[in-house]
Amino acid sequence: MSLNAKTLLNYEKMDLLRFSTAGSVDDGKSTLIGRLLYDSKGVFEDQLEAIRRTTEKKGGEDIDFALITDGLAAEREQGITIDVAYRYFATSKRKFIIGDTPGHEQYTRNMVTGASTADLAIILIDARNGVLIQSKRHGYIARLLGIPHILVAVNKMDLVDFKQDVYEKIKNEYAAFFRKLSGETPGKSPELTFIPISALKGDNVTVKSKATPWYGGKSLLDHLETVQISKDRNMEDFRFPVQLVLRPNLDYRGFSGKVASGRARKGKQIVILPSGNTAKIKSIDTFDQGDLEDAFPPMCVTLRLSEEVDISRGDMLAYPDNQPRCDKNFSAHLCWMVKEPLALKKKYVLKLATGEVKAVVDSISWVRDMKTLEKNSASQLDLNDIGLVSLQTLKPICFDPYARNRVTGSFILIDELNNNTVAAGMIVE
Amino acid sequence: MSTASEPKTLSHLKQLEAESIFIIREVAAEFKNPVMLYSVGKDSSVMVRLAQKAFHPGKIPFPLMHVDTSYKFPEMYEFRDKFIQDIGAKLIVERNEEAIAGGASPFKFGVQKCCGLLKTQGLLDALTKHGFDAAFGGARREEEKSRAKERVYSFRDSFGQWDPKNQRPELWDLYNSRVNEGESIRVFPLSNWTELDIWLYIEMEKIPVVPIYFTHTRKIIKRKSLLIPWVSHIPVLPGDEVREMKVRFRSLGCMSCTGAIESTTEVHDLRGIIEDLILTRKSERENRIIDHGSDSSMEQKKKEGYF
Repeated sequence: MSLNAKTLLNYEKMDLLRFSTAGSVDDGKSTLIGRLLYDSKGVFEDQLEAIRRTTEKKGGEDIDFALITDGLAAEREQGITIDVAYRYFATSKRKFIIGDTPGHEQYTRNMVTGASTADLAIILIDARNGVLIQSKRHGYIARLLGIPHILVAVNKMDLVDFKQDVYEKIKNEYAAFFRKLSGETPGKSPELTFIPISALKGDNVTVKSKATPWYGGKSLLDHLETVQISKDRNMEDFRFPVQLVLRPNLDYRGFSGKVASGRARKGKQIVILPSGNTAKIKSIDTFDQGDLEDAFPPMCVTLRLSEEVDISRGDMLAYPDNQPRCDKNFSAHLCWMVKEPLALKKKYVLKLATGEVKAVVDSISWVRDMKTLEKNSASQLDLNDIGLVSLQTLKPICFDPYARNRVTGSFILIDELNNNTVAAGMIVE
Repeated sequence: MSTASEPKTLSHLKQLEAESIFIIREVAAEFKNPVMLYSVGKDSSVMVRLAQKAFHPGKIPFPLMHVDTSYKFPEMYEFRDKFIQDIGAKLIVERNEEAIAGGASPFKFGVQKCCGLLKTQGLLDALTKHGFDAAFGGARREEEKSRAKERVYSFRDSFGQWDPKNQRPELWDLYNSRVNEGESIRVFPLSNWTELDIWLYIEMEKIPVVPIYFTHTRKIIKRKSLLIPWVSHIPVLPGDEVREMKVRFRSLGCMSCTGAIESTTEVHDLRGIIEDLILTRKSERENRIIDHGSDSSMEQKKKEGYF
């Protein structure tokens, strides 16, 4: 349902869905996003006018939906997309944040970035071409990043006369690929949904198409509006990385942070890691409601404790009977993001939740060739490589497997010499 | 454990709020000398409220800074001074006095150069003068195409410049705050908010805003499709029409460079603004004269150090 003043009276009940899209120039991704934005008023008339002027300058005629999503002058001149762009639209049910990533250049780095916070990934497959390696690559990255919902849009159905068997063949082939993938990747398998669409003509994008009577599912937008995401968050393992110690006056000492997972409950005994000290949650404070009974992700609150204990930024609070692992050695999937390759045994800064520690990569078990998705043994990681590595930190840090907890299982590596973020990591065990 | 799996969710506004508070606290924890840019507009009002929430019951632990051009609406100065006093924050006001004394104006120098001197240079000088290593800005990615690709933590070199092709990757909510001496980070805690979210939040939180967002009568210079607020320093050109009109503003800046919108329906409350926003198909920056140069003018300004 599109947005209007009446339906918006409901805005306090609207929730938020973050999704990523990945694809190449020709698979209709820009057309799909352009259409979603246009139909939901996510693009304005004067912005369209600026795009029209640009199209004319380049000698084009019809409005090119791709120009809605191409942001920078440099890439408009060259006709390429160089980075992750964020787009916004809303319906009466949900607000949507799109992490839009180009598929052809630096695809791994960009897609990992766009997918890191996504609840859902849209993977586009051109119905004429069937399942190509790039669609598998997108699926692999979405699976690795732990995106709970994957929507495979089989696009350009109009160019194959909306034939059901074309769609079914792609669906079966991709589902089989995904079953195999899930067998060799840790964590729960995502929900996989297939929708036959024509982004250009609008079939099954915002409304169900008459051209696909054999398709019993929802339109793409309907699926985005209704896919259930409330159960995706980890509500079992209470983790609270301390972000900031608040001491506005002598009588108040609170520990601010975001509930990463599970629930903080007033009166419960907690353990402070890595020290192992314990205390009780005396109050859960916010600006609005004052003292809460409990807090859940992604709420940002300030906890006050019943005991005077030494706590600083980077510590993690948990319940004594459900603690993260605190260790110096672990393995992780690492996505390398800069030109200068990974140097084994070199000290990098590892940032996990609110903590920072020096870390070295001891060894590389394998690197996945992103062209074939085959695992190979390798002695280094280059830009856009994904590999399984063993890390060692100088001091113990507290973490969970990424497959169980996307907040306490993810980290970045920073090169201290140039301050650049060089890698994204997902802890395996 | 029986209740542990029961799903609990936050509304989209509360999720955006949580994300922004997390970012604001992260900056306070990791930088030596942060500042929050305060431009008196609706986005600044929201950003300041989020900062209040982030450090409650304490005060905002860093100063706010208004980079003034001397050309803002009188209503904005009046609102600013009262608002700051009411919330008990520390405000720094900085201006490029040399350029102002030299008579910098969009009529004398052209819009690009005037903005470059009073806003961009004014900001860069102020950041250097106080040695700020992080500066919060209220910009949103939805506002403009080049902003859609900007990070929450936007790295600036020692000249304050942005290099869109060489941005640090930004993953999950792990922000890289490392800078060398002289370099800085512009931080955009409202990156994921839209104009609609801003107004809905202002309504929900009852946040005060400058009253000229609502319908009022004011003397206007009508120039083709532009409605320029009349003030003595703005020259009236042949063909201009000067008259009293019922107008309001969708975004606020310098008087000479901020177009009004004619208020065909009277908008006296936030609900009116929100309903109008849902019906309209014009973006909020369309009445900003400064963006009319070309399709990429904002990107150019940002590269030079503008917010």
